[in-house]
Amino acid sequence: MKTYENQGNKDTRSGFGAGLTELGQTNENVVALCADLIGSLKMDDFKKNHPERFYQVGIAEANMIGLAAGLTIGGKIPFTGTFANFSTGRVYDQIRQSVAYSDKNVKICASHAGLTLGEDGATHQILEDIGLMKMLPGMTVINPCDYNQTKAATIAIAEHHGPVYLRFGRPKVANFTPFDQKFEIGKALHLVDGTDVTIVATGHLVWEALEAVKTLNEKGISAEVINIHTIKPLDAKAIIDSVSKTKCIVTAEEHNHLGGLGESVARVLSQHKPTPQEFIATNDTFGESGTPAQLMEKYGLNANAIVKACEKVIKRK
Amino acid sequence: MATTQQLEDITTQVRRDILRMVHKVNSGHPGGSLGCAEFFVTLYNEIMDRKDGFDMDGIGEDLFFLSNGHISPVYYSVLARTGYFPVNELNTFRLINSRLQGHPTTHEDLPGVRIASGSLGQGMSVALGAAQAKKLNGDNHLVYSLHGDGELQEGQNWEAIMYAAGNKVDNIISTIDLNGQQIDGSTDTVLPLGSLRDKFEAFGWTVVDIEEGNNVDAILKGMAEAKSLTGKGKPVCVLLKTVMGNGVDFMMHTHAWHGKAPNDEQLAEGLSQNPETLGDY
Ligand SMILES: Cc1ncc(C[n+]2csc(CCOP(=O)(O)OP(=O)(O)O)c2C)c(N)n1
Ligand SMILES: [Mg+2]
Repeated sequence: MKTYENQGNKDTRSGFGAGLTELGQTNENVVALCADLIGSLKMDDFKKNHPERFYQVGIAEANMIGLAAGLTIGGKIPFTGTFANFSTGRVYDQIRQSVAYSDKNVKICASHAGLTLGEDGATHQILEDIGLMKMLPGMTVINPCDYNQTKAATIAIAEHHGPVYLRFGRPKVANFTPFDQKFEIGKALHLVDGTDVTIVATGHLVWEALEAVKTLNEKGISAEVINIHTIKPLDAKAIIDSVSKTKCIVTAEEHNHLGGLGESVARVLSQHKPTPQEFIATNDTFGESGTPAQLMEKYGLNANAIVKACEKVIKRK
Repeated sequence: MATTQQLEDITTQVRRDILRMVHKVNSGHPGGSLGCAEFFVTLYNEIMDRKDGFDMDGIGEDLFFLSNGHISPVYYSVLARTGYFPVNELNTFRLINSRLQGHPTTHEDLPGVRIASGSLGQGMSVALGAAQAKKLNGDNHLVYSLHGDGELQEGQNWEAIMYAAGNKVDNIISTIDLNGQQIDGSTDTVLPLGSLRDKFEAFGWTVVDIEEGNNVDAILKGMAEAKSLTGKGKPVCVLLKTVMGNGVDFMMHTHAWHGKAPNDEQLAEGLSQNPETLGDY
């Protein structure tokens, strides 16, 4: 079985910052906007290197989205940066009308997504953003799993024409994917081959899925792991192919079970290959203050929870 | 009525609470909290007409809404020290399963809090709604609200500011914490606010300046004036000039401590500048 090594904990938002820095050097049409969170979004380098292509908009996210839409008219490729909550819910209609419906080439880059934002608590911990964004026609939704992948995704979305929602997080987590990977939007990555159960995970939950596999193996269960960094468009074929073999599936995400990855997977499977499925996701609740690890434990979003879900879904075959 | 000395002593204790709360969990927002300590202490002890206990509707008493929810440490400290919940509970700030969330919420039923805040720019609309409910209820008490200066960059504020004057909501006193700082630097470098007096007046508000927003006597005087200006057909705005991080010398006049907790030595230094008065929790 293929194993993955943690090259050292790093935050995915720093992967975004590094990707943006590189884009600054390679693509002169890339511009960046931020709403009073430059340090949190790791946009300092881009700002320093390209002050003329960087826009500090103040605490005014709605204006930021509109400005970004406008900047595309004239060929710029705007990357907006703020927390996931203020990148989505706060500005939903601005994104809907000025970006998605108008088909503007805006990259909405969102940090501090999900529970792992930690102590700031529920007002900042959005668990509904994947749903909000995937419902918008034409929107691409990406939730990379580690630093290296977030950097690669940041670079890749500049080449893709059309609105993109790029979701990443605050805490330092395992960095385990290749540093030189090429990121292909919409292409699921097979991480581990297995025969008894398929685990389809996104974002921070991918590493948890790999941890879960170790425990499952000890219990004699062979699990297949798919890293589904792109939630929309969803790589339906990869999922269908895998469950054709394993006959059951667990989806794992740092998001509400309503509207998230799990529901997208369930829609595909119910149409093409009805399959027993368990959901690792929050259960229609807001988050709260706490350390990331405490919260992931309390809300059932870690390796342990994935193991239990796998055992449960296998019995349902 | 409390003496100046008594209010200052409470403020010193509140500063200790703020420092100890954010230090314990190595997160939270000391800068804005410290800058508004005198204001909160004065508001809750002297200015607001409050009932004993807490009920959500707050009929027959003045109400307060914190729009810039990140300064929850000062809010929680003052709520606890004016009897809304046990002072000891400050120990649970930002911990899992606590009522003292990083940003104030009603979700855990913390007495004293009537609306969630944290996502900036929403509090004035809520305060205006509550002020209009008071009018419908024939309740002639006032609604107070507090907003950051950086927070005013959010457009919703200006929708609310226009609405308040257009609808003659004259039972509200909205205070702006004019510390000139936000996360990425000074408000002037991030996005200049211009003259807030001119802006509020142009929108039809009456404006009161409190030049020394960290002086309890100046706050008492300014807020009394603001109160006297309510009920005259116009909403009232107080421009409270404060020093971010006030009372802890190395935290003052900078945005650096907006959302950063002191380490052990810095905590000790900050506490030594603010000796215990009412007793630590
Ligand atoms: C809608 C929204 N956008 C961004 C943030 C992140 N944020 C929290 S506090 C803050 C700066 C607020 O500045 P100010 O109101 O002046 O408060 P101060 O720093 O003076 O305490 C920002 C940008 C937020 N909480 N809500
Ligand atoms: Mg400020």
